[in-house]
Formats: sequence, C-alpha cells, structure tokens
Amino acid sequence: MQLSVNNNNQPEAVSATLIDLRRGDAAILDGIDLPGEDARRLMELGFLPGARVTAGQSAPGGDPRVFQVDGSEIALRRETARRLKVHVENPSRKR
Amino acid sequence: MSECSDCHGCGTAVLEFPRPASAPKAVALIGPPNSGKTTLFNRLTGLRQKVANFPGVTVEQHTGIVELPDGRTLRAIDLPGVYSLSPRSEDEQIAHDVLTGKRHDTPKPEAILLVLDSTNLSRHLMLAAPILSLGVPTLVLLNMADDLRNRGGKIDLAALSRELGAPVALISARQGEGIGQVFDFLASTMSKPSPKELPVLQDVPKCRAWAGRVSGQAAYRPPLPPTWTRRLDAVLLHPVAGPLVFLAVVVAVFQAIFDYVTPLMDGVKWLFAVTGNWIASALPPSLLRSLLIDGVWKGVGSVIVFLPQVMLLFLFIGILEDSGYLARAALIADRTMARFGLQGKSFIPLLSAYACAVPAIMSTRTIENKRDRTATILIAPFMTCSARFPVYTLIVAAFVPNQPLLGHALGTRTVAMIGLYALGFLVAVATARLLKSSILRSARTPFLLEMPSYRWPTLQSLGLRLYDRSKVFLRRAGTVILLVTVILWISAHVPFTNGHPPAIENSLAGTIGRTIEPAIKPLGFNWKIGIGLITSFAARETIIASLGSIYGMDNPGENNVDLQKALHRDLTPGGAVALLIFFAFAMQCVSTIAVVRRETGGWKWPAFQFAYMSVLAYVGSFLAAHIIR
Repeated sequence: MQLSVNNNNQPEAVSATLIDLRRGDAAILDGIDLPGEDARRLMELGFLPGARVTAGQSAPGGDPRVFQVDGSEIALRRETARRLKVHVENPSRKR
Repeated sequence: MSECSDCHGCGTAVLEFPRPASAPKAVALIGPPNSGKTTLFNRLTGLRQKVANFPGVTVEQHTGIVELPDGRTLRAIDLPGVYSLSPRSEDEQIAHDVLTGKRHDTPKPEAILLVLDSTNLSRHLMLAAPILSLGVPTLVLLNMADDLRNRGGKIDLAALSRELGAPVALISARQGEGIGQVFDFLASTMSKPSPKELPVLQDVPKCRAWAGRVSGQAAYRPPLPPTWTRRLDAVLLHPVAGPLVFLAVVVAVFQAIFDYVTPLMDGVKWLFAVTGNWIASALPPSLLRSLLIDGVWKGVGSVIVFLPQVMLLFLFIGILEDSGYLARAALIADRTMARFGLQGKSFIPLLSAYACAVPAIMSTRTIENKRDRTATILIAPFMTCSARFPVYTLIVAAFVPNQPLLGHALGTRTVAMIGLYALGFLVAVATARLLKSSILRSARTPFLLEMPSYRWPTLQSLGLRLYDRSKVFLRRAGTVILLVTVILWISAHVPFTNGHPPAIENSLAGTIGRTIEPAIKPLGFNWKIGIGLITSFAARETIIASLGSIYGMDNPGENNVDLQKALHRDLTPGGAVALLIFFAFAMQCVSTIAVVRRETGGWKWPAFQFAYMSVLAYVGSFLAAHIIR
C-alpha cells in the first residue's frame, strides 16, 4: 500500500492512515493524531484504538468517505481521516 | 434490585412494578443521537407537547404531558441527543444540568428513561454508565426491537438488567411495541439503580470496555449489517447515480415549493381578500374598520400566505431527515460546500431559504458545529426568497423590455431574473468565505457525519413535526409581523387633518419618507420609494401595496401596468438597478430577525447581520446608481 501523506509535515509519515484504505479494506486503528477533545468525539463514535475500521462508500470524488466502525457508519473528510493511524489487517479476514 | 430478573431467564422480560402512592412529577428522556428518543417522546406525549428554548442558550426544550393509564399525569422532558454527559457542548451541558437539577427553569426529573438503539447496543451502552451513576431511578429502553429481531440480533434482558441494576425493556417506539412497560415503570415505586460495577466515567476506552463486558454478560448478539441500507447506499452513494438522485431530489423540492404550492397560496390570498371584504361590509366605515382590515387582517394574511410553502418545506425536510437521506445528501454536498467554508449539512437549509429564510434558519438545528451553523444562519437571507420574487417581477417588468434571446429559448426578463437569483447566491457564498476566514473561523473541528440506517418515516412523527414547526413559525413570524403592520398602518394614518386621516404623503410615514430622502437620494430613490422601503421592512412584498397607494392605484400588484409605468417615470435605469440590488442585499424582514434572535440566543448575531446587510445594500445600490446612467 503506497502512502500519500508525504506532502504534509507529519513526523511519523511512515504509518498508514484511514485515507490509504480503499473501499472494502479493513484495518485496525492504532491511534488518533488530533487534539484531546476531537479525539474524544471520534472515540465516542467508536474510533477507539484496537477497533476494526472498514472503508465504505464515499461522496463523488472520494471525499468525505464513510467508515464502518463498532456497528455504525461514520463519514469523515480526508483531512480528518488522515489523522487516524491504522495497520492493515490480514485481507482474508475481510467481511 | 430488579424483581424481573428472578423469574425470567431470557427473552421478553415482563416487568412488574409495585404501585406507589403518587407518580413522579417529572421524567427525562435521554439517549444518543439516532436512538429514537424523540419518536418515543412523541408516542408518550402526542399533541400535549410544548417547544421553547432553554433560557439563555440555543438548545430547544421539548416538554410534554404523559398521561398514565390510571389517569395521573406527569411532565416529560426530551433532552438533546448526547453520547456522554461530560459537559463540553451546549447540548451536553444542558442534559447534565437538567439531570442533576442544576437548572432552575426545569424541575429535577425524578425518573429517567434512557433510550438506546438495541441494534448498536455495545456502543450505546456507554451512555448508561454516567446516567446510572446519577442515582436517579432509571428504565433502560432498548429501542428498535423490530430491527434487532429482523436482522437476527439477540439479548438476554434479565441478565442485562442484573448487570445494570436497573429495569430493562425491549421496545419499538416506531411500532408502539412495549410502550406499556414504560407506563408501568412510571406508575410504579421506583428504586435507585444499583449497577454491579461502573467504569471510570471520563475515560472513553474504559467506558467502552465496560459496555462491551456488560453486553457480553447479557449474551448480546449484534444484528447482521442492515442489508437494505447497504443496497440503497450502493445506488444513492454511487459515483454517478448518487449525484443524479440528489439532483432529482433538489429539483423535486424546488418544483413543489414554487410550482405546486402556487394554487394553494393563491387560494389563501383569495380567502383573506374575501373575508376582508366580508368583514368590511359587516362594519360601518370607520378608522377602526380600516385598522382591522388594512392593518390587522392584512398583517395576518401576509404571514399565513407563506404557510403552505413553509409547511411543505418542513414536510420535505422531515421526510429527508426521518428516512435517513438527509445524511447522504449532506455527504454528497459536503465537498462543494467546503469550498465556501461551510459543510454538507448547510446545504438543505440554504436550499430551503429560496422559499423563505425563516424555516431555513429553523432547520439549521441539524448542524452540530456551532460556527458552521451561525455562518449558515447569517447567509441564508441572501438567498432569493419568495417575498422578493414579486418585487423583482415588478421592477424588471417596468424596466426591461421583453425581447427574445438565443432564439426563443430565453427572454431578456428571464435572464434578468436568473441574474438576480445568481447575485444573491454569489453574495451569500462570498459572505460565507469572509465569515469563515475571520470571525467564524472554525478551530478545525473534524466534520463527523453519522449515517443512520434508512427507515420509513412514520406519519405520526411527520405530522407532529409539521405541527410543532408551523406553530413556531406562526408564533415567531406572526406576532412580529402583526405588530409591525399595525405600527405602519398607524404611521400612515396620523396626524389627522380636520378629523380625517391624511393623504399618505402627508402622513407620519410620508414625513419619514421625506426625512430620509437625502440619505436615499444618492441611491437614485425619491421620497415615494423611501416610503415603500420603510414599509417593506415588515415584509419585502409590502412595497408593492404601499407604492400602489402612493401612486393612487386601485388594484396594485406586480403585474399592474400603470404601476410599472409610474415606477418607470420616477426611477432612472440606474435607480432601478439600485433598487433591485437593495432588495437583494438588505435584511428587510422582521420575521427573519426575530427567528435569528431565537436561534442564536441573543441580539448579537441579528444585530450584526442587519448592520452587515444594510451596509452592503447601501453601498451596492450607491455604486449601481452611479455607474449605470
């Protein structure tokens, strides 16, 4: 999976984020690189470290995209999705 | 506690509660967004509900009366949908303060109905932790039981009740299933919850782990993914079909609020004219009769005439919201709206503003982000509302000769009208950008949009919403318009000369028109237009009637050729463009001001909006009058 996060000045640009997932891909959330309050809002919606996130459909043009997490479907813009660090699961366990 | 857990292993728990001497006086409903809390509230209270704002804030307070089967009544409070009680947003603050009895305007509830979505229980149970720790008798309601069953989910209610230390009931508020258990609970002696364990409340991961453990103990089997929702989304969010459906919905809304509703609006107008004449013939000619008919009756009529359109708009928004399509529309519109510094949820309110800014501003409540919501409220009045339409028609007809353009596809007048619609839209967009890059710059709060499952809207829920929103519209818009029309009527009928009301140019309104003439002369307007402008602050279309009476027309209307000719004599082409620009930009609508005050919780934003729009209108008209000769 190739990363497209090189153009933003994040130090840990090596790890994958939610924007790297294509429709149907699932990944495990490692962490949220957002200020405390914003991270909390996302966690209340199910984006907790260790949660399995599946990329769903998107608006035309690919932004925002719907993600399935903890029994809900939540749409995030790219600018938010790229703050959610993930590692990709074994593809055979895909739903 | 939980007597029910002793006698039932699993399945549907029949709740039996001992009878107390007196029922509680107040019960609060709380639950996460999309848990069906409001549907339950509507079931319990029906038409016996009231909507107001919590004093000092913009959160709406829905209260209602619940009648128990034995005839006793109690007050129910529908709190805003929240995920937690940590007071960060205004909604959470209100929910927290009401439940802990910290608000003096609301009695502390003696019982709580916690409404959770049974199809998403593990996550929704997180809210149970802070609620149960309040120590208030609580009934935990697992809503959408029909959905859970249909999609193969399961839960052991007795085990869940044991874990939570509170009674639990599986209900479907939409179908009316299990509502009896809610009444039984409210009629019983209620005891405080005694959960087995509670998590550290401020910590989301620990709360979620606790919720997971509890639902595990209750043998919760989550339902299968919603097949129909996935299938529908495959079409409605399809890269090609999705935007097409979206466009079709927008066109349908437009068509309905402009075309289909016209006969209804004409009918209302006719009804008010006929009843006005009827009242006139029943009363002896006097000043009182004139006040009653030209002041009060016309004022009432000028608001009621918009009611069919406004109700239709609310109906559409209700269907979009209850069916779950509103979230999809917001998703599709988000990218375009983001260019103007707004977001997807601003789209439908702005679309509604083409009919009337008042319902549009009321429907911005679905936008959770406060700054985005304020920005949407501030630009909504720039959208070309129905009240501007007759004014534009009159001026365009008076000054633009109707010539065909592009063969016979378009006429010059049509192009002029389209240009005016575009002008309002462009100014709205520019204003949004300006606001969002200055005073309303968001601290980049992430845009989060929950996609609920698709559901059929229920007639009861749509009907109650329509009733409730129309009531707010009539009260807010109606009272203020009535007051202003009466004041305007008086100013057009004083001072008396020889015991008779003066001609309009000698009246107080006329004097004011002359007084402001120096201020509006640079815009190319004379005192007659000045009087028209003053009266148009009650409602924009009023200018037609006042110009009609200044020019002595019997039957003024936008299609009255004599009125068009009179205007043509009194205005230069530059002045005509200036007048159009003035109507496009100025905040000439007291109803909108009243609603903005209500929705933003104070005078700050309506004052800012009025000042901004007035300056823009004046400068715009001034430039037009000087550039175009």
